[in-house]
Amino acid sequence: MTNRINLKFSKLKKANKKALIVYIMAGVPNINFSQKLVLALEQNGVDLVELGVPFSDPLADGPIIQQAGTRALKHAVNIAAVFSLAKRIRAKTQIPLILMLYYNLILHLGEEKFCKQAKFSGIDGLIVPDLPIEEAQSLKRTCRKNNLATIFFVTPTSSFKRVKRAIFASTGFIYYISRTGVTGKKTKLADTLKAQIRQIRRISKKPVCVGFGINSQEQVRAINRIADGCIIGSAVVAWTLKNIEQNKMIDNISKFVRSLNV
Amino acid sequence: MRAKLRKGYFGQFGGQFAPETLMFALEELEREYSKARQDKKFKVELNYYLKDFAGRPTPLYLAPNLSKSLKRIKVYLKREDLLHTGAHKINNTLGQVLLARRMKKQRIIAETGAGQHGVATATVAALFNMSCDIYMGEEDIARQSLNVFRMKMLGAKVIPVNSGSKTLKDATSEAIRDWVTNVTTTHYIIGSIIGPYPFPMIVRDFQSIIGKEARQQILKIEKKLPDYLVACVGGGSNSIGLFNPFFNDRLVKFIGIEAAGKGVDSNKHAASLLKGRTGVLHGSKMKVLQDNFGQIKIAHSIAPGLDYPGVGPEHCFYQAIKRAQYFAVTDKQALEGFEMLSRLEGIIPALEPAHAIYFLKNLAKLAKSGSVVILCLSGRGDKDVMSVSKILNYD
Repeated sequence: MTNRINLKFSKLKKANKKALIVYIMAGVPNINFSQKLVLALEQNGVDLVELGVPFSDPLADGPIIQQAGTRALKHAVNIAAVFSLAKRIRAKTQIPLILMLYYNLILHLGEEKFCKQAKFSGIDGLIVPDLPIEEAQSLKRTCRKNNLATIFFVTPTSSFKRVKRAIFASTGFIYYISRTGVTGKKTKLADTLKAQIRQIRRISKKPVCVGFGINSQEQVRAINRIADGCIIGSAVVAWTLKNIEQNKMIDNISKFVRSLNV
Repeated sequence: MRAKLRKGYFGQFGGQFAPETLMFALEELEREYSKARQDKKFKVELNYYLKDFAGRPTPLYLAPNLSKSLKRIKVYLKREDLLHTGAHKINNTLGQVLLARRMKKQRIIAETGAGQHGVATATVAALFNMSCDIYMGEEDIARQSLNVFRMKMLGAKVIPVNSGSKTLKDATSEAIRDWVTNVTTTHYIIGSIIGPYPFPMIVRDFQSIIGKEARQQILKIEKKLPDYLVACVGGGSNSIGLFNPFFNDRLVKFIGIEAAGKGVDSNKHAASLLKGRTGVLHGSKMKVLQDNFGQIKIAHSIAPGLDYPGVGPEHCFYQAIKRAQYFAVTDKQALEGFEMLSRLEGIIPALEPAHAIYFLKNLAKLAKSGSVVILCLSGRGDKDVMSVSKILNYD
């Protein structure tokens, strides 16, 4: 069974292109808007979309995504609503959809039930920021059964042993975190970035994408020289929050995303 | 017995549900701790500070008037309230600050609810001249202003947290975010037996001094082991510290008291063991108060130190294997316990152990006549006098 994420990366590779991955918080400002936004993102050059699921205690997120999550929770955006959003998006497009969420939301439903519902909703992979590989064995198996990719992190603080483990455990792509810290804060790309990505390359052919704190074309260009793609999160979420009262929100975000695409 | 079946787990609870960025620090901490544990110098140093700086050993005090008024049971108080800074928290912060020094970390961070752990952390940071930031919910800052002032006096920075419930849960999240960002230079002194492994084990080990001393003391005084151990449970550090060294003494019954707030059937309580379900919060699998979709609920208790929607994995394990029994006591009953100990014994307890004190009234009815009980008096009530004075009226 092929996965939409793998298909997308092999297509990009053939065209000698890099992936632009965008994270949005599902249900900000509402579910209908999120659906329209994903379609607009695709039209403006975004290759994969991460759907963030709001959680009450997002440990790995900075103030921007926290704020978006709190807003979504106030509007009762729960996991069922996100699944139905995914279904509606899937009815219109084949863009790869990845859920980014905290482990308690999976555990609460049960791994089996969660993965089945995710697959049924047209989701292609999971990113779980508070689930290191050691704790992910059963979820990985369940994901494989349901043709869901499991994407793990490599960070500047990961030992070589852990880098190898992350590479081995990841399907779809490997998520390289550009620096220590939570999402959104400004980034000076770590010096270790280049060396570490080279290290990954030596061991594996899996795509490596870089995220956390990326918000300019200059950064995207620099990263694309060494990696297979960029992940933009807080920068787009910040645009959503800033333009929340405006009816031109989708146009504005589209313009911003286009400006990143090189 | 080390109540642990697979690495980092207490039965099915515990584990390491932490962002990848922290994993190296958790591995480093585990390595350094296991080295320190075998290092005589570390032991000698820690014991020195526990004794001469913090004031250990604490007395095991027979509460004569309380015992008399309860009639059927004999109550001993383990006087952690007499420790420097006023609560058991210093047992852990002294141990952890020495670990931080071994790891050459210059900066300390911590979360605090009641402010007791914050004060104990600020104190050891001052002692060893380290920079110290304490995360504290805005609501707690308002109701524990005395402790806020103490932390500042000790040279720590108190960082207000205004997300979520503005209490301990959110302060903990914010401290973890800080640690993720500054992990190479900073040690996070977690205040309870929560968080990703090895924290629940390390904090338990440092707090076990409570139970180790109490066991020796009671054997000396009573020439036998106690029938009951009673302690309050928020995150669970003072209770696990008392219980753990008695784990293999099968006849000694453990009773943990959670905060029932306005009642366990209301939506305002902190009874995670009685009303929670298995979940993951702050890096550990444990019983957590959560809604129908897995969002963490906001806890409530009059005692800020119990105001937390989760409970340490080792307690969850004790509950699962029925080694300990857990009950809950309401805000109102805790106030009664607060007054009871003050009036009867001339000891003003913190609101947290006041929950356990109230429960003695129930225990006196249940227990066999003549039962010997050790209650962990985890902290003194100075910090609570202001907020209690707004509720109780003595004119």
